[in-house]
Amino acid sequence: MSDVGKREHEKPHIVGTTGHEWDGIHELNTPLPRWWLWLFYATIIWSVGYWVVYPAWPLVSSYTNGVADWHSRSAVATELAALQAERAPMMARLDATSLQQIESTPELLDFARALGRRAFADNCAPCHGAGGEGSKGYPNLVDNKWLWGGHLDEIAQTITHGSRSGDEAGHQGSMPAFGRDGMLKPDEISTVADYVRSLAGLPTAPGADLQRGGKIFAANCAVCHGPQGKGNREVGAPNLTDNIWLYAPDKQTIMEGIWGGRGGVMPAWSGKLDPVTIKALAVYVHTFGGGE
Amino acid sequence: MCPGYDSALAMTAAAAPQPGQPPLAALAADAARTALRPPAPEPDAPDEEPLYAARQKIYPQRVSGTFRRLKWAVLFVTLGIYYFLPFVRWERGPNAPSQAVLLDLPDRRFYFFFIEIWPQEVYYLAGLLIVAALALFLMNAVAGRLWCGYLCPQTVWTDLFVTIERWTEGDRREHLQRDREPWTLERIARSGTKHFLWLMIAWWTGGAWILYFADAPTIVKQLATFQAPPLAYAFIALLTFTTYTLAGWMREQVCVYMCPWPRIQAALTDEYALNVTYRYDRGEPRASLKKAEILRRHGEPAGDCIDCLQCVHVCPTGVDIRGGSDLGCIQCGLCIDACDAVMKKIGRPTRLIAYDTDINIKRRQAGLPPLYRIVRARTVLYALIIALIGAMMTYAYATRRIDAVSVLHDRNPLYVRLADGALRNAYAVRILNKSLEAKAFVLTVNGLPDADIDVIGSSFFVGPNSPAIEVGPDQSREVRVLVTAREELAPQASIPLTFTIVPATGGSAVSAADHFFAP
Repeated sequence: MSDVGKREHEKPHIVGTTGHEWDGIHELNTPLPRWWLWLFYATIIWSVGYWVVYPAWPLVSSYTNGVADWHSRSAVATELAALQAERAPMMARLDATSLQQIESTPELLDFARALGRRAFADNCAPCHGAGGEGSKGYPNLVDNKWLWGGHLDEIAQTITHGSRSGDEAGHQGSMPAFGRDGMLKPDEISTVADYVRSLAGLPTAPGADLQRGGKIFAANCAVCHGPQGKGNREVGAPNLTDNIWLYAPDKQTIMEGIWGGRGGVMPAWSGKLDPVTIKALAVYVHTFGGGE
Repeated sequence: MCPGYDSALAMTAAAAPQPGQPPLAALAADAARTALRPPAPEPDAPDEEPLYAARQKIYPQRVSGTFRRLKWAVLFVTLGIYYFLPFVRWERGPNAPSQAVLLDLPDRRFYFFFIEIWPQEVYYLAGLLIVAALALFLMNAVAGRLWCGYLCPQTVWTDLFVTIERWTEGDRREHLQRDREPWTLERIARSGTKHFLWLMIAWWTGGAWILYFADAPTIVKQLATFQAPPLAYAFIALLTFTTYTLAGWMREQVCVYMCPWPRIQAALTDEYALNVTYRYDRGEPRASLKKAEILRRHGEPAGDCIDCLQCVHVCPTGVDIRGGSDLGCIQCGLCIDACDAVMKKIGRPTRLIAYDTDINIKRRQAGLPPLYRIVRARTVLYALIIALIGAMMTYAYATRRIDAVSVLHDRNPLYVRLADGALRNAYAVRILNKSLEAKAFVLTVNGLPDADIDVIGSSFFVGPNSPAIEVGPDQSREVRVLVTAREELAPQASIPLTFTIVPATGGSAVSAADHFFAP
């Protein structure tokens, strides 16, 4: 008469089966524990609490505010404020330290580079590229050629005031439109373009009159680019001999520049970024590797 | 769990032998009635089943014996470790905490006595979890639910809470009686004391938990002066609540309704695993002590089980072990102690309930000697895998590098042409210094003999193209490394480079590989 050896559903047990049976396996119909039901009701009551505490119900022109006055937007603002508070001591140190000293202090250098990386990605990367590699018309910041100077202070100056940005303290010089403004004729432009290519050691078109090109260059270009074409940072005239080209080294592109002039704009960031971020950016750009 | 037994007992008592009836026939009828249970509902009438049921409160009776002593020992050792381990000190010098076991989440370091683990070495934790899982499997294959019955925190804390309940509200009978009475002042006082003690233990449990995540003496001081971080109080409150609820109120329901492990074990076990088993070959047919004597005198079969229900009364999960293996049975062995005490009292051999297998029961019934097979394919396999993983972890830790280097080539741009025509590639090099002292590492880059090596932020060079990089104690540092090639390279060349660091004070080198790309 013992239950030993019997299967669960065969025992005279208080729990029956669901009536389902597969290959002799019966499904027990064990009732839920009652507290499970209570938990279910408790979660419903808990959800009512959410309506009261948090913004919940949409109204015609607004929504119920919730007694906790919590909003995801203000939560973000709070978190940002907390982040700024956490960074504040290091930011203050950056502010008080000269650019050169920042670079020679590993701790400050790491902080400035980390800060600069974010600021660069947010503000500079659209033109200068994610890694500062630049593109046609936008200078490469990783190499060691600088239009306006590659010292820390010069980089900081360029970021702060820009070039041709409308900021009076910014860099102003630009390449005149020699062709469009009638200073050079088309054949003179072609000749001087060949000469410019020869300055950089690039092959010239067959039969190019380099002597004539040199004369045109001396008369029109040397005032900014220098008699040897080595450029002049005072006016942002690039060195034409180093084989790093802001636009492109092909003759067509060079002729376009001489015809229509050049003068890309770098915005002045002084009003948009705080001075500490500009410092961090200067250090970041300087430590791409090409800094002077 | 099964209220049928109490009424079955009542029916047995009512069925006294009628005068004039032959005793043996009366006994036979009696035995039949003894087995009577409340009628089972029709198996094919599911709609009549209740959808939910209240818990049957369990009043586990006090018991003493071998397994009870074992459980006390386990309880003292495990709780002792849990409550006091955070206070154990382990001197590591000025650059690391001096707590033996510490999970330093803000600094991402895990300390365990002489072992210190960085987050990227989390594979040690994976190995530990694999070993733990296989240890559970092995326990299960050797002797069933050893974990559930002795080691599981739910079991240990419930055991402690039940002990306090017995201490304040009395043992099974007294407590049952008291629960039937109205709420007198005494009952309120006893119950109040119980809940107060439960909450104190639960609070201490929550408090001990957070000590593993911060310097224990400091946080105790902060807690005492109400200066601890809010998160500490939140976790204490949470764990106080869970301990109080799970060990005080939920108890066996955690095992029956919540825990997946009983189900997994049911799938893992095999016929040779020792389990707490009622030896029905010895126990059946059941009869009361006197009736069994009469039956034996008449040469009728009579089992050793006298249906005293001691095994049920001591069970912390309310299981009747005589019903065979049961999901609710955590195999704590307390029914063995209870039954042994009864068997000794009635002069029958002990271990009517014992660690045994169904195979042995069937073999004894067939007159064969019992068969114990602890060493079999699955136990050997589990043990071997445990040994293998353990050996792998030991080897990995013994040969663990305390400094390491990794290199990431700049993705954009891949290379840059400098004004003088030289070609430059840039790399992010991260150096890990897992030692507890600041160290300088000398970096060399091999692969391009005439290349210049520069490190942004490197303060000194030990030789041409051998910059040194300072890394703080127990820290890592990322630096920007510039490799500038002066020689002419083939178009689209990809030259393998090896970045090697050597501690400036001497020591073995460690390397990472990358490439130098040409346009």
